[in-house]
Amino acid sequence: MKPAAFDYSKPADLAAALHALSDDAKPIAGGQSLTPMLNLRLARPSALVDIRRQAELLRIAESSDAIRYGAALPHAAFEDGAVPDGSKGMMRHVAGGIAYRAVRNRGTIGGSLAHADPAADWISSLLALDARVIVRGVKGETAYPIDSFMLGGFTTVLGPGELVVGVSVPRLSPSARWAYYKICRKTGEFAKAISAVVSDPDRGVFRLVCGAIEAVPFLLQARDAEAAAAEIDARLGDHSPAARQLYKTAVRRAMESLA
Amino acid sequence: MASEIAGEGIGARVRRKEDARHLLGRGRFVGDIQMPGLLEVAFLRSPVAHGRIRSLGKPQGQEDAVFFWSDMAGIEPIVTRSSLPGYKLSAYYPLSHEKVRYVGEGIAMCVAASRAEAEDLAEAVSLDIEELPAVTDSEAGKAADSALVHEEWGDNLCLVTDFDSGIEAVAKTAPVKVVREYKTARQCMHPMEGKGLVAYWDFQADQLVVITSTQVPHLIRTGLSECLGLDQSRVRVSPPDVGGGFGYKCLLQPEEVAVAWLAMTRKGAYRWVEDRREHLVAGANARQHHYKVTAYADERGRLLGLDAEINVDIGAYSVWPFSACLEAAQAGGNLPGPYDFRAYRARTYSVATNKPPFAPYRGVARPGVCFAIELTIDAIARAVGREPADVRAENLVQAAQMPYTNVTNKHYDSGDYPGSLAKAREMIGLAAIRERQKGREADGRRIGVGFATYTEQSAHGTKVFAAWGLPLVPGFEQATVKLLADGTLEVRAGIHTIGQGLETTLAQVANQVLGIPLKDIQVKLGDTASTPYSTGAYASRGIVMAGGAVSKSATELAGRVKRLAAHLLQCKPEDVDFRDGRIHAGEASLSFGDIGKAWYLRPETLPDDIDTNGLEVTQGYKPKVDSGVFSYATHAALVAVDPETGMVEILDYVIVEDCGQMVNPMIVEGQAYGGAAQGVGTALFEESPYDAAGQPLASTLIDYLLPGPTELPGFRIGHMETLSPYSAHGIKGVGEGGAIAPAGAIVNAINDALRELGAEIGEIPATPERILNAIFAAQPAQAAE
Ligand SMILES: Cc1cc2nc3c(=O)[nH]c(=O)nc-3n(C[C@H](O)[C@H](O)[C@H](O)COP(=O)(O)OP(=O)(O)OC[C@H]3O[C@@H](n4cnc5c(N)ncnc54)[C@H](O)[C@@H]3O)c2cc1C
Repeated sequence: MKPAAFDYSKPADLAAALHALSDDAKPIAGGQSLTPMLNLRLARPSALVDIRRQAELLRIAESSDAIRYGAALPHAAFEDGAVPDGSKGMMRHVAGGIAYRAVRNRGTIGGSLAHADPAADWISSLLALDARVIVRGVKGETAYPIDSFMLGGFTTVLGPGELVVGVSVPRLSPSARWAYYKICRKTGEFAKAISAVVSDPDRGVFRLVCGAIEAVPFLLQARDAEAAAAEIDARLGDHSPAARQLYKTAVRRAMESLA
Repeated sequence: MASEIAGEGIGARVRRKEDARHLLGRGRFVGDIQMPGLLEVAFLRSPVAHGRIRSLGKPQGQEDAVFFWSDMAGIEPIVTRSSLPGYKLSAYYPLSHEKVRYVGEGIAMCVAASRAEAEDLAEAVSLDIEELPAVTDSEAGKAADSALVHEEWGDNLCLVTDFDSGIEAVAKTAPVKVVREYKTARQCMHPMEGKGLVAYWDFQADQLVVITSTQVPHLIRTGLSECLGLDQSRVRVSPPDVGGGFGYKCLLQPEEVAVAWLAMTRKGAYRWVEDRREHLVAGANARQHHYKVTAYADERGRLLGLDAEINVDIGAYSVWPFSACLEAAQAGGNLPGPYDFRAYRARTYSVATNKPPFAPYRGVARPGVCFAIELTIDAIARAVGREPADVRAENLVQAAQMPYTNVTNKHYDSGDYPGSLAKAREMIGLAAIRERQKGREADGRRIGVGFATYTEQSAHGTKVFAAWGLPLVPGFEQATVKLLADGTLEVRAGIHTIGQGLETTLAQVANQVLGIPLKDIQVKLGDTASTPYSTGAYASRGIVMAGGAVSKSATELAGRVKRLAAHLLQCKPEDVDFRDGRIHAGEASLSFGDIGKAWYLRPETLPDDIDTNGLEVTQGYKPKVDSGVFSYATHAALVAVDPETGMVEILDYVIVEDCGQMVNPMIVEGQAYGGAAQGVGTALFEESPYDAAGQPLASTLIDYLLPGPTELPGFRIGHMETLSPYSAHGIKGVGEGGAIAPAGAIVNAINDALRELGAEIGEIPATPERILNAIFAAQPAQAAE
């Protein structure tokens, strides 16, 4: 379980990093998903471009209605409250539940989004928060909603030579409420079912997410648990009754803790 | 004898001598070894479960760094013979020959300066395999039209055994009949350190030296010598620190033969270290049983008879020396457990499949049989409408019946089985739990309590192993004790320490006899160059066998020391005794150093008629019986089951164990906790599933779940101490027991929690999906269709 040979570089700035990327030269951030893939030889880039310490990717920009976080910020920065928060503590809560502390120290928010594991925490929670993933390539920057950024399990819109540079998260109103419920069998395990919900009536927002479904998490139209259950049966008919029961339970419990 | 004593002898709760080096990262494991010119080995392993090798090709220009079986002229495959009638032989080639029979079977051995480069070479080997249909299920493997793992067998049955004490009468008349099917998952053993070895040629000794992570160094010497065709005198096995064994390392490994062959023929130094993926793929070799059980009882739930069919999914080959059939022998022989009944019929099938070859994992078959019998006892209790703990208590062999020979001729030497259950019942608070169950839990979960009682045959010896037909049978265990000139003591034994604390407990035994402080006792284990023969560390035999041998040798040494002391102190040997680390006779006293000095350095002070045997003693030991000494325990689990998610939380867990005389209570507790942690894995988490083509579906730790600290309960332990009448100091083994009961206790607790829902599970691990499906099955109307 050792990686195939690769070249390694740590460009001085973001422009150089973007320039160094290609079909065959991949970015590495925290390495918490990429390193196992390298060791299993499932990923075999000829070169790795280290972006973890890029100053621009560690930057935070605040505006009145959103906060933009650099892609290379580690989960631990959110968990520790070391970055400003506009989500009324939701991001902090979610970050603290990702894997184990050792993984959170290195793993990054941008890396998690780019990796696009359907069972990951940021994908579902940031969908509920209606965040935008900011992608930069040679043609400049594009901001994608989560469910257009992620195309399927482990697939995104990212092309060769493109980077997630940040994620922009709308600020919640003071009256907003959120809930996050995930079901997993052991600490640090990827979730079997996730539900994230954000209710922000002052901004006219209600977003209820069903996640960890082996595909892009989706927004439920339902506004109550019963309707959500019916919607889940309809959308996830190919899942086993036991699996659907987990999604329904996660959604219902998220709704209950919101109430 | 009181269980906790002052001092450092038998019964003292002293800290382990070996811990300092491990806590400081100064252990010496295979991966730590450095040696000039050491080359690293990687194996190309079969990507398919069953296939015929059409062709193999070495990467151009690298022909001398890649090896196939065809290169290993003169080497014998691993063949495990058995004297059991009907047993079928398999040849387990160190690198596959003509066919591959499981995903992960070694095909090519690749050598390079680093492991990564060796893996590059493995990728460059060209491989053409004609894929054949795979056998992936023991029940399907028994069918007449099944694909065959070994065509020459004609079927997939390595061995079928029958036991019948006469069940028909009971079957006709018993008022209560309970029929159940149980399944236990295939598991990996997951020692922290996987397999691994360094092999090199020692020109000075003119010997092959094999530094291998093993439980059984002396056996490996025998096995390597046979496979390599090299005289035993030219094979030295020198085990390093071993990071856990659990049975995974009590076998001759194909990689050991292959890498030793490299060192023998190339006369260089080579290392292979198993990585976690190799372990998960090629090492999924334990625990998978399938039971069909019919139990007969009276109206009170008194067990009258048991009729069982047991499949063991043995994988592709028979391992050496314990064979693929030890598991079934243990399963058939141990299913009656600690219970008193006389009508028993069992048929066992050892079914070959296209999976890694079965190995005996901590508890050998007993976690499976304990699961099966304990669930059956609870099912009987439910059938007769009584408290399972009561029904269990009445069925257990009673203390007054000891010693007790059970229906399969297991001779239970001593103990109070119902006593351990009563104490566990008290500690877990059964009465209060039953009260609590009458109400509702605030969080909507359902709580349940479950018990499991088992026996752990330990240090079973010659006749037992011979009856299992094994090619290699343990006999006497020997140990050497040597008093050095400065009064410090060296203890040497051929058993090996794999984390179970033998460096400490054997020193405690020597201290008990001689009184020499632990800090002055060095325990050296396992190296075939410096220790007497031992079959090694397995079957909970270490402290009973090696402890007995150290005790006996130390006693002989004590006599010699006393005679020398009597001469120096001008008294009779009978007047000499050992106290506070010194040698006393009346008012006078000597240090052990005085004795060592007189013998080694100043022999002119000794009389002419002195015993010339000196201060080094090797003696052999075996308990009074071969049938083993039986530890036992009751585990009790309190769980909360979430009926909406199928999630299980262990709220409380109690262990009440009796391993006879405890040599070190802290080590006993460590063994119990560690074993129980593995048992929690068996009960709730661990599983290596296969698809229909025989591909393993859990090849990383993302898919193979091990319990971590947050999944484990704080185990609470109670001790009982019934000395064995048959062993030195009344000691019984305790290495395996902790792993035996958790699946039985936890799943009984889950089923207790599910009782009102009419649901019951009989398959482990008890995953959320299995629990939910059981609930759906009980309430079809509620199934989310
Ligand atoms: C034991 C363990 C348990 C885990 N449990 C969880 C869990 O419970 N929940 C959870 O959400 N996650 C979990 N993770 C994953 C973890 O959160 C990772 O940190 C995350 O998935 C990847 O982030 P990274 O910075 O380490 O990315 P890397 O591993 O460095 O990269 C991942 C992929 O993204 C690409 N990439 C990285 N950064 C960028 C970028 N800025 N732009 C474009 N592409 C980029 C890389 O090329 C690579 O393909 C776990 C990981 C481990 C090892």
